[in-house]
Amino acid sequence: MGDHHHGPAAGVTRWLFTTNHKDIGTMYLWFSFAMFLLGGFFAMVIRAELFQPGMQLVEPAFFNQMTTLHGLVMVFGAIMPSFVGLANWLIPMMIGAPDMALPRMNNWSFWILPPAFLMLASTLFMEGGAPAFGWTFYAPLSTTYAPPSVTFFIFAIHILGVSSIMGSINIIATVMNMRAPGMTYMKMPMFVWTWLITAFLLVAVMPVLAGAVTMMLMDIHFGTSFFSAAGGGDPVLFQHIFWFFGHPEVYIIILPAFGVVSQIIPAFSRKPLFGYASMVYATASIAFLSFVVWAHHMYTVGMPVAGELFFMYATMLIAVPTGVKVFNWISTMWRGSLSFETPMLFSIGFLVLFTLGGFTGLMLSIAPADFQYHDTYFVVAHFHYVMVAGAVFSMTAAVYYWLPKWCGRMYSESMGKIHFWISFIGFNITFFPQHFVGLAGMPRRIPDYALQFADFNMMSSIGAFIYGASQLLFLYNVIATIVSGERVSDEKVWDGAEGLEWTVPTPAPYHTFEEPPLVSKPAGTF
Amino acid sequence: MAYVRLSKVPAIDTALKLSGVAVVMFAFVFVVMVPLYNVLCDVLGINGKTAGTAYTAVPVMIDESREVTVQFVAINNNEMPWGFAPDARVMRVHPGAANGTIFRATNPTNAPMVAQAIPSISPSRAAAYFHKTECFCFEQQGLAGLATADMPLQFIVDQDLPRDIHTITLSYTLFDVTASVTDQVVAR
Repeated sequence: MGDHHHGPAAGVTRWLFTTNHKDIGTMYLWFSFAMFLLGGFFAMVIRAELFQPGMQLVEPAFFNQMTTLHGLVMVFGAIMPSFVGLANWLIPMMIGAPDMALPRMNNWSFWILPPAFLMLASTLFMEGGAPAFGWTFYAPLSTTYAPPSVTFFIFAIHILGVSSIMGSINIIATVMNMRAPGMTYMKMPMFVWTWLITAFLLVAVMPVLAGAVTMMLMDIHFGTSFFSAAGGGDPVLFQHIFWFFGHPEVYIIILPAFGVVSQIIPAFSRKPLFGYASMVYATASIAFLSFVVWAHHMYTVGMPVAGELFFMYATMLIAVPTGVKVFNWISTMWRGSLSFETPMLFSIGFLVLFTLGGFTGLMLSIAPADFQYHDTYFVVAHFHYVMVAGAVFSMTAAVYYWLPKWCGRMYSESMGKIHFWISFIGFNITFFPQHFVGLAGMPRRIPDYALQFADFNMMSSIGAFIYGASQLLFLYNVIATIVSGERVSDEKVWDGAEGLEWTVPTPAPYHTFEEPPLVSKPAGTF
Repeated sequence: MAYVRLSKVPAIDTALKLSGVAVVMFAFVFVVMVPLYNVLCDVLGINGKTAGTAYTAVPVMIDESREVTVQFVAINNNEMPWGFAPDARVMRVHPGAANGTIFRATNPTNAPMVAQAIPSISPSRAAAYFHKTECFCFEQQGLAGLATADMPLQFIVDQDLPRDIHTITLSYTLFDVTASVTDQVVAR
């Protein structure tokens, strides 16, 4: 097929028409970081309003738009695309493939994302304002009582759903069909395994989300009554459909994060990953169980007791494979030759804080207790411990870990460490007090609150500003690295790193593995 | 293609199969989840949903040994302007016996309106034992401007009602469906 050693095209068309997995990965990562800053800005508005009790800065209606868009942008715009970007960059390099299986579709699945989010963000300037019904968009708030801009929201969800489905089909096809000779399934790096399972979850549940918003669209514009009691429908049906998507969705977010720390912790412990096979099976069990626990988000809708018990026990069961994973990470570090570079710091931060978030998840899984926690700040604290300290910390660790490989330059280690400690402390100041105000009864998604919550809310807001500012330091560190970081040329940037991606030159050339590599060692062995 | 790989399956085959899975899951929401939810709610009486059609009688044994209190609640949804109230707020009935009552509706506006009443039973465990042989909630109710109507309800409390249930509350929420009915007429 002609010249195999051409470099990237010049100018903007390189990015518009590229089918190169590294280019597309880079675009995903930058796009998700832009969305992370946008969603973070919305969070700052929320925390500024909650700094003191009483109404200070924004109208309650606008506050609701902020909580809604913060959730939507962070989940669908920041976290999910960032891991897809990571998958694009790394999966072909980790399995010894020259590119993704379907490079043109890969281009398309990225380029439909920016218009989707442009459309979603543009609702802020429409008459009636942006969607204000929370990121879970429960009917009838999102149908009968929705602002006119809800139609744009629905189409945005449709487009980003299509993008996710195409991206995950591509990942599955790449992993199943493009592996180099010798790269059997049980030799694949954990990051590839977790993404393979995540991609199957995405293909199964993103269409369910598309179905839910399609029903909303039909209820709003075409006179159907899926979620309207007056026409024989039922709003509770919406919650079942949404969480049938929504619970696997939280594992879609966290499984690739598990994969990332399963790569990083062994590298800085200089030991192979403890219990590789059990990691694979634990990941698969979590994915399977994620389909049968959805109603633990809806204990208070009036389910029969048998239903509450089923969903309670099934939810608690997930703690077992998750516990296996946490055990394996700790065992990997046990008697390892540890060093604490920035990626390792973020991974250990992930391990500690994610486990804490898992424990509060167990508390919430207890149906009779959940009636008190439901829709309070305790829930907000819980899911930020697993989403931010889980997914975002591990994503940050991934960027520090692989950035030198990608651009052939080393980031500033001291700035990285400062970023970690400010993030870690800022994060905990933000979200730890929310456990207390939640248990004391402060509801989520409100712009004003009773006076007894004032001190903890002020702490939360100060922490949020600290955490938010530390992300600008991260941005600066990454740009400074790309522009003027110290050059590295070792193929293995980290002495303990293992895997095929560390066998190609540094920085990674535009095309890798046009000749398949020789795979002999199982994953994670030395 | 110059490169060598482990799998002999073309990637496009895998991709097409997966697209099929995505299409099936999209259809699954409409053709399985929605009907299944409705069936489960009907069978289990979840949410206090009562059957949407008239009950056909089985050989009746009127249980004179006990009385059950049936309470009626009438609520207007949102900004529904109708006057809507039960004739009797409480009835004491024997399980197995046929009973009748009426709800009175008044349209205080000058325009004709159409309403739909949605029933709900509490405790929801009793929903399966509360049979309506005739109910105004089975269909939409139209009222001319300033008109009043008596809307009938005939019901039987099943003789198999668990003995620990002494009170059943039947609540109706009245929805204004004038707009959607007009839309359908226009659409035709």
